Amino acid sequence: MSAPLLQVRGLTKHFPVERRSLLRRPEKVLKAVDGIGFDLSRGQTLGLVGESGCGKSTTARLILRLIEPTAGTVTLDGVDVLSAAPEALQRLRREMQLVFQDPLSSLNPRMSVGVNIAEPLRFHGIGTRSEQRERARQMLDIVGLKSRDFDRYPHEFSGGQCQRVAIARALILQPKLVVFDEPVSALDVSIRAQILKLLLRLQQDFGLTYVFISHDLSVIKRICDSIAVMYLGEIVELGGSEQLYRAPQHPYTQALLKAIPAPDPAKRYDELGGLEGDVPSPIDPPPGCRFHTRCPRRMESCALRIPDLRDRGHGQLVACHLYD
Amino acid sequence: MAEPILQVQGLRTHFTTRQGVIKAVDGLSFNLEAGKTLCIVGESGSGKTVSSLSIMRLVDLPGRIVEGQILYRDTDLLKLDEAEMEKIRGDRIGMVFQDPMASLNPAFRIGDQIAEGILIHQEVDKAEARKRTLELLAQVGIPHPEARYGDYPHQFSGGMRQRVLIASAIACRPDILIADEPTTALDVTIQAQILKLLKEVQRNLNSAMILVTHDLGVVAAMADYVMVMYAGRMVEYADVETIFAQPRHPYTRGLLESLIRLEDTRETELAPIPGMPPDLSRLPAGCSFAPRCPAAIETCGARYPALQDISGGHQVACHLVADLAPAVDETVP
Repeated sequence: MSAPLLQVRGLTKHFPVERRSLLRRPEKVLKAVDGIGFDLSRGQTLGLVGESGCGKSTTARLILRLIEPTAGTVTLDGVDVLSAAPEALQRLRREMQLVFQDPLSSLNPRMSVGVNIAEPLRFHGIGTRSEQRERARQMLDIVGLKSRDFDRYPHEFSGGQCQRVAIARALILQPKLVVFDEPVSALDVSIRAQILKLLLRLQQDFGLTYVFISHDLSVIKRICDSIAVMYLGEIVELGGSEQLYRAPQHPYTQALLKAIPAPDPAKRYDELGGLEGDVPSPIDPPPGCRFHTRCPRRMESCALRIPDLRDRGHGQLVACHLYD
Repeated sequence: MAEPILQVQGLRTHFTTRQGVIKAVDGLSFNLEAGKTLCIVGESGSGKTVSSLSIMRLVDLPGRIVEGQILYRDTDLLKLDEAEMEKIRGDRIGMVFQDPMASLNPAFRIGDQIAEGILIHQEVDKAEARKRTLELLAQVGIPHPEARYGDYPHQFSGGMRQRVLIASAIACRPDILIADEPTTALDVTIQAQILKLLKEVQRNLNSAMILVTHDLGVVAAMADYVMVMYAGRMVEYADVETIFAQPRHPYTRGLLESLIRLEDTRETELAPIPGMPPDLSRLPAGCSFAPRCPAAIETCGARYPALQDISGGHQVACHLVADLAPAVDETVP
């Protein structure tokens, strides 16, 4: 097997909070992402799943270096993203793109859809103006919009169509890696499947590699080859998507799966699993295993020692003392 | 069959805008019995939220209820003046909305906000209202009610705020509970907690519940009856088992087929409904779903199909079902 396209090691982002005065050092840190790592092979999709505040969106921004990490490395196709000098970084940015949840607010409302799509070419100075427009027209066709949509404005489009425009803009530079941050969460059910179908087709046609972020495990499982389950800034389980669904090992993954209401009236509300309490604050997260405060299977050691993420003989990586 | 506690007849709520009249809800009729849960399901713009707001008479201009009857027991809510309606709203009908932060006043202590509702609707003094509020907070699972009574909304998590709203909604033991996307903004493990809590309080009060949601998983978990709305109209209505096992309207079928289920693998075919929901200010002639319908015939573009009872309360508005019902099931793909 060839080297992975994307390698992430020890990626960490701590945000300082509660600075009491300018002269003092900040007293507390919010550990948004705390030492995560994974590999992603070319043409594959990795899903990041977890509840709000687990650090999945911060991870996306760190990979693309839209924010600077506290520690760790990100390597894209052998090139170190995090130590790249400004010029090299600009070249790297052509190879990795981000698509956001809310397509309307991620498009420039004052530019026509066509100009929005062509903007990355203009920014990176690729081609003449007419070549850029021609390429944008091709992209419209590729994402299932009409060439006559070129001169219309984002507000004239529905959410699903705006997401198609955002996808076209992300792909016009022919990136190697595309990171999707909740790309279908704001869309209606009937439109959601349209966009997912489009993403899968584009991946095949252009050999793209995806990082796909969602809180919706059903969507993640359908789209991804492998899944990383995150909780309070850490990956608690990482494995193949079928494997994770059939034999989840971490109590958090198990709880997530049991909490999803199935579209089957034989399974009523009283059978829904849930978890006690709320996600603790990422400022001062619980000691030991961060999940232990809500874990239905916690043991004494859980509050004392941090479990490391490793293969515990189930074919996936798990960070849990149950399998020590 | 029990006497319905709520009877809605021919409800029409229209919005007059520069683009023309938007028929957000256009001829809605249904009954609801005590202790039962009706889920209204549909996509954005289908009219599910406007329907629930109409029942509470909370539609703001340019929206207006132009026609219909909403009978709560024997009272037509649409004939009451605002003062009379206020006595019912929050007392006999409790409400829970999607965004608890927007429904709670950030400048007031949560305990006082719940107690206020009790003081308005019941003849009790402040001490009694406070005592009841503490009981309610405990009932909806807020730890240390005494200590949290004086906290402000921002000091609660999303799930806890939704619990506060539920406490407020049930403070006067309402006969009808209306919940509009109550768990949409919550994480899935918290959603499970809130859904269970809603059912628990409903059972305790034997109230009827209208639950508005776009999530068919939530529908399957919660509903006794399901109403599917599309472009302002009810296109199908049945008990929850029938909706999932024998959906008859092509839109309901399409919704169920386009669902991404946990048991799907990477090989499972994705089956989206083509096209997109219509612009309500420019509805097509005939059936609003016809332009997206895989089974549409000529009649569909000509006139809107009447709602028909095809068997024991299972209602469908579709020309194909009307023409073929009840024997030939499988001709509708």
